[in-house]
Order: sequence, then structure tokens, then C-alpha cells
Amino acid sequence: MSQSATLTEQSVPRFPRGSRLQFNAQRQQWMVQAPERVFMPDETALAVLQRVDGSTRVAAIIDDLARVYAAPREVIRDDVLELLRELAGKGVIAA
Amino acid sequence: MSLMPPPLAILAELTHRCPLRCPYCSNPVELARAREELSTDEWIDLMRQAAAIGVLQVHLSGGEPTVRKDLEQIVTAAREIGIYTNLITSAVLLDQARVEALAAAGLDHVQISFQDSEPGPADRIGGYAGGHEKKRAVAAWVRAAGLPLTVNLVVHRQNLSHLGAMIEMAASMDARRIEVAHVQYYGWGLVNRAALVPTRAQVAAADDVVAEARARLEGRAVIDYVVPDYYARRPKPCMGGWARQFLTVTPAGKVLPCHAADSIPGLVFESIRERPLAEIWESSEAFRRFRGTDWMPEPCRSCDRREIDWGGCRCQAFALVGDAAATDPACGLSPHHARIAALAARESEVGEGSFLYRSFATVDEARAASGLTRDRERPEAAVPPAPG
Repeated sequence: MSQSATLTEQSVPRFPRGSRLQFNAQRQQWMVQAPERVFMPDETALAVLQRVDGSTRVAAIIDDLARVYAAPREVIRDDVLELLRELAGKGVIAA
Repeated sequence: MSLMPPPLAILAELTHRCPLRCPYCSNPVELARAREELSTDEWIDLMRQAAAIGVLQVHLSGGEPTVRKDLEQIVTAAREIGIYTNLITSAVLLDQARVEALAAAGLDHVQISFQDSEPGPADRIGGYAGGHEKKRAVAAWVRAAGLPLTVNLVVHRQNLSHLGAMIEMAASMDARRIEVAHVQYYGWGLVNRAALVPTRAQVAAADDVVAEARARLEGRAVIDYVVPDYYARRPKPCMGGWARQFLTVTPAGKVLPCHAADSIPGLVFESIRERPLAEIWESSEAFRRFRGTDWMPEPCRSCDRREIDWGGCRCQAFALVGDAAATDPACGLSPHHARIAALAARESEVGEGSFLYRSFATVDEARAASGLTRDRERPEAAVPPAPG
């Protein structure tokens, strides 16, 4: 079974070795460094990825974002799961 | 603030020395000798200069980069300043202790090349007995050390029928990324083109194999596919455009917009031994020569795709039509396209060709062969003066 399909609210996502979120001073921009790839996360993706620390569950990330952005939890939930599953499919996130 | 957006990545060719002799090696025919190579301190200084201008990733390549005993030092230095380190290796010189030492130094990712799916043909293509089995062992050590692995599969007429098995092999080695790359015809690849160029039918079959494997491996591995552009309708956006995103540093410190650029006569490439990297990137005449779109002839200049394809590849334009400022003949809109595609198709039908293996000893022979392989109709003034 692929990682992307198994990622749920109970998963604890992390950046596996070879992927990391990094601030680039020259570009004044956050970047995800991955094997032979660089992703430039938009504001929404960055808010999620900055909460990926290898110990926080997806559910807690959703709760926090719903509180900070004062948005309905279901909306946040769908966005967060979609993003993390997509990145897990690319091997950028592990869970 | 700099005038040019900073480059994303550097290809650091630490050496041209390599135990393998692949006939499609992307190194230039004129190989640099060990005594010309940059020192450890010079490479480390280059990493610092690269980070200062905003380079995000360094691809440590060659030749075979593990020939350099100071590889761990270079990796450590790059990681300390935040550069993502990627080792591009044939793997045959690595043992488990060195893989672990590189992992401990902070290496981020390893790419290992495989020449075929079975030892017999793989070792024949690489020109190195026992190479295939050694690579398999190293791939397992890489994963055991917790490092992500890309398996690089260079494909051509003599191994394309095994592509499905090669992808399967890569997936079984737990590669998260598989790079299927048709040979690009520069350097030694151009010398050996007649022995390597695939038939149109093989390319079509390979496209299907890749599409099927992508679907099957979804979520387990990503497949990047580099197409052979002689048969394409539009050229590849080579390097994302000349001197836009990438640069190469040769073993002796010469700074190029791509690893093959030195094949274009008339361009003067500067060395980090003579000028800071930031200045070369910003203002070196050779970098500015084909940067952006101002240099373009028609049909590129008015093409909707001019900032997508960037006119294709300058080295290929020179190699095939003798003019580095021409539209890449891989483009269907080039007046030379039909002739180039027909030439490739004809060469692909000649049957199993023998290789001129890449080595320091065969440089003279390759030099002679590359002269013969190029189009004889090419005009003498290959590179017109820069505009403005």
C-alpha cells in the first residue's frame, strides 16, 4: 500500500532524510529541498509544513490551523490531507 | 541585490577520472587530467561562494566523484552552509564504511547509475567487469544508511528492450526516484551515436513502458523521463535556458552554463581560479551570450514557446548544424529538423554497433571521430559576435 493512501489524521508526518524545509536568505523565501528537486511552497502549504515536526499528529496540525486562521475544520482538514498525501506520494513527506 | 536571479544548482564535476568507460559519457572528449583538478580548499571555497549567491543544491559528480578522497570534507563543508548535497556516482568504488562516512558527513541523497538489468550486458556497456553486482550491493548500503536513492537508467538502442526489467530492478532496490534518460548526444555520446541511437519504434515502446510503470509504482517511486529529442516535435528546454538556473564547474575550475558548453568554439569560459563565481554568473560574456531571448533567431524569436523551450540546446545546435546560435534542430520548426531526424533513423537501423569506450587513452580517437560525426556542411563562422 502506498504511503499517500495511508496518510490519515492519526498519522505523524515528518520530513524523511533527504527532504527538508529551509529558508533561503537570497530569495527571502521558504523552500522544500528534496532529491534533485526544489519546491517553493505557497502560503497555505508553508503554514502546514512549518507544523510538520515528526511528533505532531495531522489532527493536531488541522486543529491548530483552524484556530489560527479561524476557518471551518472540515475545509482545513481536506486541504491539509490533500497536500500531505501529495507530498507523501512524491516521497517528500513520510508518515 | 543581484541583477540576475540566482542559480538553483551547481553540477560540480570533481574529477574526470572514472573506472567505468560508458560510451555515452556526458564528459567532454577533452578530459581534464588529475593534476589540473581543483584542490579540496578550492572546492570548499567554491561551495561558500555558491551559497553566498543563493545556490540551493550541489550535484557532486564527475567522472566518478568518489575517486576524490576528500569527498567527505566537501560534503561536510557544503552542508554546514546549508547546501543540499547530492552524490551522482557509478558506485563501483564505494564500500559500506565509506557510504556510512558520507551519510555521517551529512550527504542528503545518492544517485546510482545502472547500465542494464543484468550483469552481462551492463558490464559490457560500462566497460567494467563486476560493476553491476557491485552497484546492487552499494544501493543496499545506501538505503541501509537511511539515505534516499535515485536509480539512474541511461537508455539507448542496445538496452531499450530491457527497460521494463531495469525499472523493476530499480523499484526492488527501494529507489524512491527513478530517472530514465535517453542518451543525449554530446561528448562521448556524439562520438558513439551510430551505436546508440534508438529506432522510432523503440522510443514509442519505451514511452509506453514508462507510462505503465508510472501508474504501477504510484506512491512508491517517481519516474522522471528524459526523452530523446532527435525524434521530438519540440526541443528540450536545455538546462531551463542558458545560464538561467544552473551552472557547471569542471574539474579544473572552469565555470560553464552546462556540462557540454565547452564544446562550443569561440566562447571564453572563465575559471574560479581567476574570477569570483558571482561575477562570472552575472557578467561573464559567455554566460550572457545566449541568456534570455535577445540572441534568438527566427523562428524562436517570435515563437510562443520562446520562454518555455528557450530555443532548445546551444550545444546540440552547434554539434548538428555548426551554429550555436541556430534554432535547436531537434525542433520541428528548424529547417534542419527533417534531415537530423532522418540521419538518426538511418543510424538506428545499422544494427548493433561497437563502442569507442570513454577513456583518457581514446581521447585522440574520439576527437577524430567527433569531427567526422559532425555535419560537414557546417559554416566556418560558428559563433557570431554577441549582440550589442
